[in-house]
Amino acid sequence: MALKARHKRFVLIGIGLALIGLAAMLILNAFQSNMVFFYTPTQVAKGEVPKNTGFRIGGLVEAGSLKRGDDGLTINFVVTDTSKTVPVIYKGVLPDLFKEGKGVVAQGKIGADGLFVASEVLAKHDENYMPPEAAAALKSAQEQSKTLVMPTK
Amino acid sequence: MNIKWFKYSSPQTFYPLAGKMIPWFAWLAVVLAIAGLYVSFAIAPTDFQQGEAYRIIFVHVPAAWMSMFIYIVMAVWAAIGLGLNARLSAMMAQALAPTGAIFTLLALVTGSLWGKPMWGAWWVWDARLTSELILLFLYLGFMALQSSIDDPRRADRAGALLALVGVVNVPIIYFSVKWWNTLHQGSTINMGVAPKMAMTMLLGMLLMALAFWMYSIAAALMRVRCIMLERERSADWVKELSAGGKS
Repeated sequence: MALKARHKRFVLIGIGLALIGLAAMLILNAFQSNMVFFYTPTQVAKGEVPKNTGFRIGGLVEAGSLKRGDDGLTINFVVTDTSKTVPVIYKGVLPDLFKEGKGVVAQGKIGADGLFVASEVLAKHDENYMPPEAAAALKSAQEQSKTLVMPTK
Repeated sequence: MNIKWFKYSSPQTFYPLAGKMIPWFAWLAVVLAIAGLYVSFAIAPTDFQQGEAYRIIFVHVPAAWMSMFIYIVMAVWAAIGLGLNARLSAMMAQALAPTGAIFTLLALVTGSLWGKPMWGAWWVWDARLTSELILLFLYLGFMALQSSIDDPRRADRAGALLALVGVVNVPIIYFSVKWWNTLHQGSTINMGVAPKMAMTMLLGMLLMALAFWMYSIAAALMRVRCIMLERERSADWVKELSAGGKS
């Protein structure tokens, strides 16, 4: 059975699209390491970060780690991905959403002593939107559930 | 049963039908936009971490959705035009491109205005922002390529190939925040998962998305009517139209 000319064209279009999709997948896979915007502290600890050049680290600002210098501009904090941490020093203005326990992305270089000297600090917020009352209720509910620990036998 | 499926695939019959549909979609767009803006700015609550500034989401997210969705629709029309040699399908693809480009630009600009106060940067080269910028270039490239070739048939074919090649970018935009570390946050609305936002916020966003949808249909129909007249200017039905002086 011979295919009609127009059916043949649709088959060709389909094959073409599949091939382009496959090519895109292979290319993106090959560039996987270049597609990330930032590295996690775990990757820093494993040495998977570019040497001798600047890069970005991202994670959460560890609670209780934020320290402001006497000049009011120098800031020390620790970036964590809950398994590894990287200490960061930064001199400059912070975005409004920069807070302990919230997401952060810092651009800079890591020194031999393991201290990350940041030249730019960006805040990374999450995808949740809710009124402040709901956020407060959620927080108190979480704290309550923390205190409700099952007694061990 | 014998339905004439292809009756409206000829410009001559589609031209008056499109003319009748435009006011409906245009008015729906106006009504939905008023309702959407009211819910977005008067009813939806303040956000717990971003305050009032988050309200740009009501334009940003629907615009970004439309930018991706219109590209897929455009590519489908282009593919049908390529496969069936259908004139009207190619014209529909051509008519959708400027609207898609406008929504892409709107998503990029509103995103930039949002990024500065929240992230601390107007622009970053993360995967989400970069792939959306590529989408804008794809739209502009499609429009430039089509208008640079004089023969409409060849222009349609070249444009359709570009539109189809570019369609791989759409899933990349959509999943970029899942596949790679990005500064842009993940999706708030996901299939099969409860949306991560308050219900009134979601309502505002959906109303705005519907308004943009209706606007896109009205704009594309208006544009396709102009394209039909331009391309078929030597056809009898266009000559009759201009002689009769009615729309």
